[in-house]
Amino acid sequence: MRVQLIGVNHKSAPVEVRERLAIPESRLPDTCRDLTAYPGIEEGMVISTCNRVEIVAHTTNGSADLRGFLHDHFHLTADELDAHLYEFREKDAVRHLFRVASSLDSMVVGEAQILGQVKEAYATARAVGAVRGQLDQLFSRAFAVAKRVRTETAVGSSSVSIASVAVELAQKIFGTLEGKTVFIVGAGKMSELAARHLMAHGCAAIFVANRTYERAIGLAQRFNGQAIKFDDLYNTCDRADIVITSTGSPRAIFRREHGEQFLSRRKNRPMFFIDIAVPRDVSADMAKLDGIFTYDIDDLQQAVTSHVADRRKEAELAEAIITSEVERFEAKLHTLDVVPTIVSLQDHLETIRQTEIERVRGRMGQLTPEQEIAIEALTRGIINKVMHTPITTLKTAAKESEATTIVDVVRRLFNLHERETRAPDSKKEVGTRQ
Amino acid sequence: MSLLWLRFALACYFIGLVYAFVALTRTSDLFSRIALHAASLGMVFHFVSLTELFLSGQVVWASVHNGESLLAFLSMTFFMVVYAIYQTTSPGVVVFPIVFFLTFVAAVGEQPVLLTQYVSHKGWLVAHIILIFTGYAALVLSFGASLLYLLQERRLKAKKSTSLISFLPALEVIDQIGYRTLLLGFPFMTLGLITGSIVALTTYGRVDFLDPKILLSLLMWAVYMVMVFTRWNSGWRGRRAAFLATFAFVAALAAWAANYFSAIHRFAAS
Repeated sequence: MRVQLIGVNHKSAPVEVRERLAIPESRLPDTCRDLTAYPGIEEGMVISTCNRVEIVAHTTNGSADLRGFLHDHFHLTADELDAHLYEFREKDAVRHLFRVASSLDSMVVGEAQILGQVKEAYATARAVGAVRGQLDQLFSRAFAVAKRVRTETAVGSSSVSIASVAVELAQKIFGTLEGKTVFIVGAGKMSELAARHLMAHGCAAIFVANRTYERAIGLAQRFNGQAIKFDDLYNTCDRADIVITSTGSPRAIFRREHGEQFLSRRKNRPMFFIDIAVPRDVSADMAKLDGIFTYDIDDLQQAVTSHVADRRKEAELAEAIITSEVERFEAKLHTLDVVPTIVSLQDHLETIRQTEIERVRGRMGQLTPEQEIAIEALTRGIINKVMHTPITTLKTAAKESEATTIVDVVRRLFNLHERETRAPDSKKEVGTRQ
Repeated sequence: MSLLWLRFALACYFIGLVYAFVALTRTSDLFSRIALHAASLGMVFHFVSLTELFLSGQVVWASVHNGESLLAFLSMTFFMVVYAIYQTTSPGVVVFPIVFFLTFVAAVGEQPVLLTQYVSHKGWLVAHIILIFTGYAALVLSFGASLLYLLQERRLKAKKSTSLISFLPALEVIDQIGYRTLLLGFPFMTLGLITGSIVALTTYGRVDFLDPKILLSLLMWAVYMVMVFTRWNSGWRGRRAAFLATFAFVAALAAWAANYFSAIHRFAAS
């Protein structure tokens, strides 16, 4: 297979370059058509997202001028573009594509959106007939690999900021956050961010308490919530499922006795305290109460760190999957590569056999049907025996990626003409003929 | 024949049993799906086994093995209902081993030596058995949920829960599973005991409250009621609820074991 890939992504090119290459969805079909009309390209596809623009092509001779296509299509000069481009061929292109589909090449590793975007690009290219045989196989494999990475590793399953960790913890406690109540104690940037995240996940009501009541009102208005006087804090707090606290108080404002009161008024329904104040607002003995969960800033930070570390570990696992999948795909492709040679070899010998039979037929006189069958069997038998080893060697060589050399030798030895057998033909029977 | 189907079911439940042990250490979506399918298949075999037994007319309603088989089936039914609602297989960690054990005992086919007294009102007996076993099954699941609750609470408190992998559902979801099955099981248990008393009355003309079976059954019911009440009244959950659930479970086991000592509540050979 002669697959080539060229493109830019968030790492290789600044947004100024990426935006000049970006192709709106409505223009994608035309771009695909232009691509396949370009010299040397048999099949082609374009992936265009906000972080990357890539062109994947199956080429006739393995060295199509994809850069040229980009220059022409986007009216860009080599100076403007080439420094930002990366280009992969064959195995490297396959690997890159697998990594992109599995979201290992994404800005946020593991984000799920990219797979959908690649799938859409594939559907578009397929609809206009720009993707048919080989690329079809490649992309089907890429989607299968992406699925495997997603199910076998946890690369896409955890969050990495303090606010999102807080949301995740809240979900571990409450399940859905639908209809839960949040209480912000002490207005601050970070607590506001955490609250925003929680609201985005379905939390319904919000209370705000602050030493300066006006600030509480301001923040409450932004959230459509309710401001509470700081003196009323302990009387109201039990109504909240999640408390985000970040006051500048020198000593803890939530102590064990408060926790006990809250729990008894809440009939022991659990409460989650997110304490991002330093010094801490929630005393350490609060956590000893059944049903009260407290996470201070260090706990949250640690959770974030462990998420990042976990992700890195999972990404390594995913890379290993990609490597093995690339090998598998390569092996399959190489087998396909030797198929045309095997077919021509078989055709070549079959032609010799039939010519020779025809040549001697006149000299043999009238043959009975039994004799005809015997001659057929004899000549076929000889050819099969002769061909057995070369075919086996070709197939083995394909798996060991020595295909090109051996194919070359066989073609020269038997003087086989290049019969560019395409994918549909190559599905022809390749075993020893009977 | 019914025993054969039961053994097929047992083989399926075995996969569930393996899942229960594996799930404690690592999470695998694939494996939990396999366990679920195996368990469903097991239930089909189990259902066939029970139906065949029933249709053959040889059913010995008061046979200990038929009872265990029925209890295992009802526990699985509860498990499946929970799965249908909450999409979690985690209660299986507790339910699968219990179901496997019950089915195993029922499927090995050793005949129990205890014989029942002649029972005059078969209808009441059947009602009693089905009701009480549904109650038991609910108790099994609720016990399982309370253990899982403790486990999840531990993990959250230890603050190591943030690792990517956790097979447990959210704390409140586990709590709901436990509470709802508890609520659902209570009327069954109560009615089961009432019908049991009716059977005893019609058979012996009186209820012997000093009989160990009846004493322990009443104790179990009392603990069950305390559980439902404390939960409803003051929202007891977590450690305290788990202790109560364990106590109720042990009481249920004791009530079950009392069959071997009771003068009036004896099982027949199947």
